[in-house]
Amino acid sequence: MTTSSTDNTLPPETPAARVRYGDKIVRCAPGETVLEGLLRAGAEIPYSCRNGTCMTCISRAVRGTVPAEAQKGIKDTLRGQDYFLSCICKPTEDLEIAPPEDADLFGRAAVTAVDHLSKNICRVRLTSATPLYYHAGQFLNLRRDDGLTRSYSLASVPSLEPYLEIHVKRLPGGQMSNWIYDDLQPGVSIDIQGPSGGCFYFPGNKAQPMLLIGNGSGLAPLIGIARDALKDGHTGPIHLYHGTQFSGGLYLDDTLRQMDADHGNFFYNACLSRGEDAECCHGRAEDIALADHTDLSDWRVFLCGYPPMVRDAQRRAFLAGAALADIYIDAFELRDLRTEPRE
Amino acid sequence: MTESLYERIGGEPAVEAAVDLFYRKVLHDTTTAPFFFHTDMDAQRAKQKSFLTMVFGGPNEYTGKDLRTAHAQLVKDGLNDSHFDAVAGHLQATLEELGVAADTVSEVMAIAGSTRDDVLNR
Repeated sequence: MTTSSTDNTLPPETPAARVRYGDKIVRCAPGETVLEGLLRAGAEIPYSCRNGTCMTCISRAVRGTVPAEAQKGIKDTLRGQDYFLSCICKPTEDLEIAPPEDADLFGRAAVTAVDHLSKNICRVRLTSATPLYYHAGQFLNLRRDDGLTRSYSLASVPSLEPYLEIHVKRLPGGQMSNWIYDDLQPGVSIDIQGPSGGCFYFPGNKAQPMLLIGNGSGLAPLIGIARDALKDGHTGPIHLYHGTQFSGGLYLDDTLRQMDADHGNFFYNACLSRGEDAECCHGRAEDIALADHTDLSDWRVFLCGYPPMVRDAQRRAFLAGAALADIYIDAFELRDLRTEPRE
Repeated sequence: MTESLYERIGGEPAVEAAVDLFYRKVLHDTTTAPFFFHTDMDAQRAKQKSFLTMVFGGPNEYTGKDLRTAHAQLVKDGLNDSHFDAVAGHLQATLEELGVAADTVSEVMAIAGSTRDDVLNR
């Protein structure tokens, strides 16, 4: 055996894989992700959720092969070009990676409307330069011209609306959300990436009861999913619970009450965790919803919004009898630190 | 030719039927549930499916080393024989609920029992 032949090949038990990114070479310890290694080395790489959801840290393997699980949820055309998610990639061999090619990922969309629906939430409508194939409830990444990137779920239904619609909740310390709420104007163009995500309505099993629970702007995917299901002729009951602290946060109250009146199988429940209102339920949306529906065997469940709520409700819905495969979740992982406790 | 354990039990559809039932029992049990509070449920379900495939005698790539690695932190957090026994009990109850024949249940439980030292990192 010659020593030179082993220079670029780590034996199976070697505790570190080398990752080259631009002019940096880092060693990833076992169990460490490529993103963690690069951040430790001070590399500039965009990221957000750190759990393989948001696609912000997508990168390309120029040399070496990434583990299959690092390509989870990436569409086939990009997978074929060796794209992977650095935040869930625990390298098993040496890699050379590169930032994504813009043209592979991003399209351009023009903002057509920004409507402030509450003191914290605005509705943004966009028109994509090239038509986008998507389902209501999937998400887009928006990238500001300085590179700041965040994910937003789609409330629009492609067969009903020509525009893309997202709901943006202004968060304390949120760089993107405050910029969108305060400064974004119709006429401006922005980069979009996507759609991604598997939290949407699959046609079929039209009589299956559906339970939709969301807090804050978690309503965006849910109202899209509900309208998609109704458009598709879903006949089973669709129960939507929207949770917020005070009645001012029920930012689509009129629309949802109208949907409830228009459709015999759509039921809207507004839930206030702190405020009082004769028209609303009082308590957390997930508590009220799961108390109203104690047997979820053969139900389809959608949970969107604040991650601890989503995870807790996922477990409780499963224990109430829903099959795990029938529970769709969209947890809004926040990149910017939350400085206020949950409502 | 005699059918394998995996064939007798019903193959992949049987695993699919068992995994939610089994996982739900483990989460309902207040002694075992805390070990699962911080896991991604979909990822956990996939792991449990691999584990059930193994104890059902089916094709899988799950090894004793995987079981050790997967449980090492839990053992540090207090996972012990009583939890192993509880989970084994939930597995047995799952199989009985699915109407698996008693001698087949015994075979599965024997394979499950053989993983004890790996799971508890001994």
